[in-house]
Amino acid sequence: MQDSFKSSSYQQLEQKSKYTNMFLRWFLYFILILFASYFIFPLYVMVVTSLKTMEEIRQGTLLSWPSGLNLESWAVAWGGRGYGAGDTFLRPYFWNSIKMVVPAVFFSTFIGAMTGYVLTKWRFKGDQWVFLFLLFGCFIPFQAILLPMARTLGVLGISNSVIGLVLVHTVYGIPFTTLFFRNYYISVPTELVKAARIDGAGFFKIFFKILLPISAPIIVVTVIWQFTQIWNDFLFGSTFSFGEAAPIQVALNNMVLSSTSVKEYNVDMASAIIAGIPTLIVYVLAGKYFIRGLTSGAVKG
Amino acid sequence: MFKWLEKNLPKIVMAPAVGLIGWFVYGFVLWTLYISFTNSKILPKYELWGFGQYEKLWASRKWLIAVDNLLIFTALFLIFCVVIGIILAIFLDQKIRAEGLLRTIYLYPMALSFIVTGTAWKWILNPTLGIQKMFRDWGFENFTFDWLVDREMAIYTIVIAGVWQSAGFVMALFLAGLRSVEDEIVKAAKIDGASLFTVYWKILLPMMRPVFFTSFVILVHISIKSYDLIVALTQGGPGISTTMPALYMTQTAFHKSQVGLSAASAMMMFMAVAAVIIPYLYSELRRENAR
Repeated sequence: MQDSFKSSSYQQLEQKSKYTNMFLRWFLYFILILFASYFIFPLYVMVVTSLKTMEEIRQGTLLSWPSGLNLESWAVAWGGRGYGAGDTFLRPYFWNSIKMVVPAVFFSTFIGAMTGYVLTKWRFKGDQWVFLFLLFGCFIPFQAILLPMARTLGVLGISNSVIGLVLVHTVYGIPFTTLFFRNYYISVPTELVKAARIDGAGFFKIFFKILLPISAPIIVVTVIWQFTQIWNDFLFGSTFSFGEAAPIQVALNNMVLSSTSVKEYNVDMASAIIAGIPTLIVYVLAGKYFIRGLTSGAVKG
Repeated sequence: MFKWLEKNLPKIVMAPAVGLIGWFVYGFVLWTLYISFTNSKILPKYELWGFGQYEKLWASRKWLIAVDNLLIFTALFLIFCVVIGIILAIFLDQKIRAEGLLRTIYLYPMALSFIVTGTAWKWILNPTLGIQKMFRDWGFENFTFDWLVDREMAIYTIVIAGVWQSAGFVMALFLAGLRSVEDEIVKAAKIDGASLFTVYWKILLPMMRPVFFTSFVILVHISIKSYDLIVALTQGGPGISTTMPALYMTQTAFHKSQVGLSAASAMMMFMAVAAVIIPYLYSELRRENAR
């Protein structure tokens, strides 16, 4: 008698816990989706706003659906309205950013690969201190170098130019690229390198024949990290380069701030999407590598 | 000669990197430090002037507002990012469907620049056509949300946008941390009758101490250097109510041409970062050496 009572109450309990579980499960999904909407909300608003006319924007709300695929504000954001002075649009600045980002990513990645290689496979006395010396560059707030940098670029005659920004981004990328490659190469067995040295292979041959062929993952991580950082940079761009030579983030900010007459939010949003789309595409296509870079290089000046 | 070259080739390859960092990081920081002790205005002067710039800095109302804002922002930014990040990480860790998609959504703001997202938030938060209008159109006619143009509240709009941008990142750090814990530990605790809540609260979260530490360092670092977001969202306004140290530094240097004063503010930021980073580096190195 007692036994059966026990088991039925146990069943009840189990039944109850099943319901609680189901409830918890729903609650879980509810919260996750709630946050997902919070994160997606600004992107959604940007896209629909960029497709509306100003009239629609005044009539509707943030969330309301555009009446059609109205790409005019995109055309204006990219190529302007076609009249002379005061007509700012993103196309030339987009190319500035490309011209800045490609060499800067290349040089900083190459230098990082080399230093990472030396620091792990050609160790010398005090190499740990050299690594620490370089690593510290990841952490400085860039405000502490802005003033002398501005003067240096002036002395070199490359202030307010794409070349100047390439130099700046290359230099301040080195600590990160070194960190990435050093942490990657340290897990490559040194025996491989030693054997090759006995066979008479030299410094560069070992790098190009042994290390480089297995470096694809870390190169991808480094390139994505550097690309995202440099493309998204505003501090250096706005301090060292204005007017014609400005990168796209600076141009976007100027465009949004300087609309003299009526504020055209649809054009602003189209511009913002144009400025954000290259990094967004890279993120969607190679999210795994992006996150790897993020979690290992996140402490950024 | 050739022999020497071959022997020293690794060091020669290292030299450009070391030289560049030595000059552009260490040299420049020292230069800034030196200038902060001079009475430089538009052009740097090199005769020493003592702590005058620092006295001027800490007597400046704008700087005090900037520091105040930084403290408010850092505290809220930290709390919200960590709480949201942990909740999302734990929830995502429950064998969720479409986890990959959700993760992608939570983290995508990190791929965008603060200028891009700041532009978007500025549009969303503007009272005439943004959220406030949306709610009023929905029938809440007295709904008011004008923080962006309110001196007292504008700093919180920066918190909203900052948390939105960085919470997913904390989520990623904690998710990676939770996934690295051995399943056995959780299983053993469950066999002992611990509820899921207890497992997380008593066992897993305390194990995440290093992740807390890392998140703390990274978030404080982000908040000290926050500049782009403020430029895009408020330009430090209304008035000077949302000024932060990084903005103060560039404005003082490049608009007001007070080079010495701005160098002093840059050094204050440098010291604040150092106070957070040096213990972090120290503990990281100790962990690496212990392995």
